Amino acid sequence: MAKVQGAIVVDVERCKGCEVCIPACPTDVIELAKEVNGKGYHYLYMANPDACIGCANCAIVCPDGVITVYKVKKIVKI
Amino acid sequence: MGELKLMKGNEAIAEAAIREGVDAYFGYPITPQSEVIEYLMMERPEERTGMAVLQAESELAAINMVYGAASVGKKVFSSSSSPGMSLYQEGISYLAGAELPCVLANIVRGGPGLGTIQPSQADYFQSVKGGGHGDYKLLTLAPASVQEMADFIELGFEIAFKYRNPVMILSDGMIGQMMEKVELKDQKPRWTAEEIKELNGTWAAIGKPEHRERNIITSLDLDSAKQEKHNHHLQSKYRQMEEEEVRYELFDTEDAEYLIVAYGSSARIAQKTIFLARQKGIKVGLLRPITLYPFPKKPLAELARQMKGILSVEMSAGQMIEDIKLSVGCDIKVEHFGRYGGIIHSPDEVLEALEQKIIGG
Amino acid sequence: MDIKDIVKEENLVYTKTKLMTDNILSYCPGCGHGTAHRIIMEVVDELGMQEDTIGVAPVGCSVLAYEFMNIDMIQAAHGRAPAVATGVKRTMPEKFVFTYQGDGDLAAIGTAETIHACNRGENITIFFINNGIYGMTGGQMAPTTLPGMRTSTSPYGRDLPSMGNPLKITELIAQLPGTYFVTRHAVHTPAAVRKAKRAIRKAIELQKENKGVTFVEIVSNCNSGWKMAPVKSNEWMVENMFPYYPMGDIKVDGELVEKK
Ligand SMILES: Cc1ncc(C[n+]2csc(CCOP(=O)(O)OP(=O)(O)O)c2C)c(N)n1
Ligand code: SF4
Ligand code: SF4
Ligand code: SF4
Repeated sequence: MAKVQGAIVVDVERCKGCEVCIPACPTDVIELAKEVNGKGYHYLYMANPDACIGCANCAIVCPDGVITVYKVKKIVKI
Repeated sequence: MGELKLMKGNEAIAEAAIREGVDAYFGYPITPQSEVIEYLMMERPEERTGMAVLQAESELAAINMVYGAASVGKKVFSSSSSPGMSLYQEGISYLAGAELPCVLANIVRGGPGLGTIQPSQADYFQSVKGGGHGDYKLLTLAPASVQEMADFIELGFEIAFKYRNPVMILSDGMIGQMMEKVELKDQKPRWTAEEIKELNGTWAAIGKPEHRERNIITSLDLDSAKQEKHNHHLQSKYRQMEEEEVRYELFDTEDAEYLIVAYGSSARIAQKTIFLARQKGIKVGLLRPITLYPFPKKPLAELARQMKGILSVEMSAGQMIEDIKLSVGCDIKVEHFGRYGGIIHSPDEVLEALEQKIIGG
Repeated sequence: MDIKDIVKEENLVYTKTKLMTDNILSYCPGCGHGTAHRIIMEVVDELGMQEDTIGVAPVGCSVLAYEFMNIDMIQAAHGRAPAVATGVKRTMPEKFVFTYQGDGDLAAIGTAETIHACNRGENITIFFINNGIYGMTGGQMAPTTLPGMRTSTSPYGRDLPSMGNPLKITELIAQLPGTYFVTRHAVHTPAAVRKAKRAIRKAIELQKENKGVTFVEIVSNCNSGWKMAPVKSNEWMVENMFPYYPMGDIKVDGELVEKK
């Protein structure tokens, strides 16, 4: 069976921690980090990376354009 | 020799704009200058040269259309009269701040407020001292004939693009409305897109190719240090104008003991006064500033040394007189004479003022 | 699977368009301005129109749009962008010319410029960001402020008898024969963004046909002015702004869309 596996890369220093992307994620991948970036914002990270399907929803609603999205199709053998 | 025609000042400036290869005119009707846009509409310049002519919904819109066309490196012209020119001021400040070239004409009428539709020179301060907000200068040309109405279009664009600064043709209702013989220049082609790229491509917002920096038209800099630097740059342009652009004309000054300083219509009237005065044995000459900003300070100061007194003649309550006084210092008597509120002084009145305020005073 | 094996050039599905610069946006966290900028630039990029595009942004929070949009841009005086764009388009009719205006800009100080550019049917595109408030100057009442809505100049709520009614300027300009495509969108969810982007693409493509103004309103949040967290402000927007400013096409192909 083929399953998609996605991953996002957050430009940490540009993230403003607004959380607008979080409700947009269908698989609850992302959260704000406990740590802050250079500007003092809690930045976004993949808390649950295995669940990412690379749908780009988060990136599309991010006002600051800080998310880059990648996706591969992987073959899962049961 | 170019084509000779008998025209109103307002028509001459419009025809000169077409022949200059101007790309656009935006305006809003107001007496005594509505003939400018009427003439342009009648001439179908979009067919003659491809020039765009548009009647805007207000002077606020017109000057911002000018701002738009100037931003893309085009030759753009507009005209109005005093109450309309007040509405232009916001846009003029933005044009100066963003360093955009254009030529504007104010066919001045009497004020303040709605005032009158008759000629006046009461917008001197507005043109040469600012008018809008911020530290800026308008290079101000004062035509004294229908011929100069036409000629200052070409000169105006030359200066406007040399400095990337708006140029004001400060005329009045008399010159706008009167008919005189005018020699018109031959038609120049409008700049092609290629020429604009070559001439103005370093700054005009004409569309960013992938490998050049963005061209941004703005007067904004929230960083005060940068804004001050920008202002220094603007000031250095004004200093250069003061060095290179002063224009004036002298009339009967060689042996003169008295001097009249007058521009535009007042200078025409003063010439007759000088004729009358000399018949009576009064040795008086005329200095006619052609550029009001930059004001001909140095030539005036030099000339003042041979004079016993100076009369500033303006159709206003006395505005240019301040620049005269700043030029000549306190050792010489300087007085003002002028009718205003739409009344044009007669040569006799000027002579009487000269005799009473300067010679007899 | 290791992230390193996924994060590779060949697996890229989404990245910020090159038509947005790398400058950090001056907008508050979560403000819709950023998303609106980005999707406009994405469309310009996808259509390969960088060199053909000239943008005009007047005063408002987006006054610095020229720092972020990687195209030639003109900063205009408050309210005057449609006149500036008219000056550009009349002298460069081959270019794609747009304005990007806030509600205070477009529907208060610039009402005359907006209506007359629309009425003349200028071949320009107007992007209208309606956040019901003056963001830049600190959250004062805008013409679009909702009834009862608190702002710094309507601290007890907008009182209609004394402060006037919210202005549905988009419905108003849709009545004018000079507008060809008028539509209202939002950018708070992925689905909304995708729809808004399609509308933007249509508006841009239609400009080439010289049929008049194409107008895309984006109802957006001003979480700072509304004094709410960004996610909350988006919820508030759906609950309160959308009923007053309903989503969807208002005029298509020069014809008003019949509302059921
Ligand atoms: C002539 C003038 N008047 C007032 C202002 C101050 N001012 C700047 S932005 C603004 C309101 C902007 O609100 P809006 O257009 O809704 O844009 P937003 O900031 O909400 O995106 C005002 C009143 C100005 N810059 N110029
Ligand atoms: S939407 Fe963008 S800026 Fe906001 S938290 Fe998510 S990644 Fe950060
Ligand atoms: S790409 Fe989709 S699944 Fe992955 S984090 Fe973003 S929204 Fe969630
Ligand atoms: S003040 Fe409002 S409109 Fe302006 S950037 Fe902040 S949230 Fe956006």
